[in-house]
Amino acid sequence: MSSLLKNIVRFILFILLQVFVLNQVPPLHQFFVPYLYFLFILWLPFNINRFLLLVIAFVYGFALDAFTGRYGLHSAPCLLIAYLRPFLLNLLIPQETTEQSYIEPSIKSMGWAPYSLYIVLLTFIHNAYLVFIEWLQFGNFIYFLGKVAGVTGISLLLIFITEMLFFRKGKYRTNAA
Amino acid sequence: MKNIFLFIRRFFVFICFIILQVVCVVLLSNSSKTHQAFFAARANEITGKIDKQYSGVRDYLALKKENDKLQQENARLLNMLKSDYEAPDSTIKTVIDTSIRDTLNHPRKYTFLPAKVVGNTVSSQSNYLMLERGSNQGVKKNMSVISPQGIVGVVVEVSGNYSKVMSLLHRNTRVSAIIKKNNSSGDVEWDGTDPHFVLMRKVSKSAQVVKGDTVLTSTYSTYPGFIAVGTVAEIKTDATSNFYVLKIKTATDFFSIQHVYVVENARYEEQTTLANKKDLRNVE
Repeated sequence: MSSLLKNIVRFILFILLQVFVLNQVPPLHQFFVPYLYFLFILWLPFNINRFLLLVIAFVYGFALDAFTGRYGLHSAPCLLIAYLRPFLLNLLIPQETTEQSYIEPSIKSMGWAPYSLYIVLLTFIHNAYLVFIEWLQFGNFIYFLGKVAGVTGISLLLIFITEMLFFRKGKYRTNAA
Repeated sequence: MKNIFLFIRRFFVFICFIILQVVCVVLLSNSSKTHQAFFAARANEITGKIDKQYSGVRDYLALKKENDKLQQENARLLNMLKSDYEAPDSTIKTVIDTSIRDTLNHPRKYTFLPAKVVGNTVSSQSNYLMLERGSNQGVKKNMSVISPQGIVGVVVEVSGNYSKVMSLLHRNTRVSAIIKKNNSSGDVEWDGTDPHFVLMRKVSKSAQVVKGDTVLTSTYSTYPGFIAVGTVAEIKTDATSNFYVLKIKTATDFFSIQHVYVVENARYEEQTTLANKKDLRNVE
């Protein structure tokens, strides 16, 4: 399957999963909403244009917002992580080797530690910004941090499960693609 | 010109990011009432500040004209002084009537302004009422609103002749309340499910509560103290904490509300400025 087609399928699946499964978990909703959808952005290929990345993130967040009816709520954090992603990746991967040979970020292409750091940081930033833009204030700052930490914990758990379930064989980039 | 293009090219992605973020915020404020109110208030604050500075400058420039006007006014008033009209014969007694708002000089705190309800929702998660009485008729933001039966909400937006009231049936509502019988306090909130009932949290388990007890506003709330909130309909015990969660039947019937009173608190500003002082907040 080509990279483009694969990502289109992911786009649809992630949105459907977030809207119809994760947004409907009632007992958790007293305090936390489990967010997984932004993993799509973290899984986009390395060599994607930075501008294109922003546009994709915006469209993606907008598509999710269309389901929840609050336009902009998810697009804004998506944009933020899409903007920060290239900087973080530049820091985390050795330029001359890995970036050349693998298509997208995964455990195999980056190694356990850098990949976890990449996921944890962006998840935290995403959730902090999302909660902040939802509340528009920090309120009780400890409570804010607790909420963000809780949401991030659940997101990380979900991402971990996803990585285990769908193990991606970090594909090499070939000239044919 | 060349430099501008170079600048734009260099920070192209960043500029796009900022533009898209702004688009998000605009969309968000269009689709969500809470966000709309928040950004409108912030924008008002900023433009208000600039306006104030600008009018300060303008006032200064008009100072001379203003002085002339005041002088004329002074001269006119001086000519009207009683001493100017002293009669040669002082057998006529002059009585000066000085009527102020309250002739007995009672320090009045609350004034009740009647208003008609022209719009009301109960079915959404964040309900609002519209009143046909606005800033021209003395309504201000943050004034509390009560009905003949009990509390109704708080004014959140005001225009010339209308005001928008955040109903008690709003997710962000929080009212400090007490149980009439024994003065034990708690917070009244709405969980967004049934418009007939609100929840009262943080009632200590040591308080003796039975079904049917009356709940009133406490003196800590934005409402005047001891206004009816409702009656206890159900008592739930939260096993994990030391508090009851009481289900309260609202005193006000939000389905048939027609006339309300907007409560003007004469000392509201004084109280909030003192409460919002930086030093005090740090102590907390």
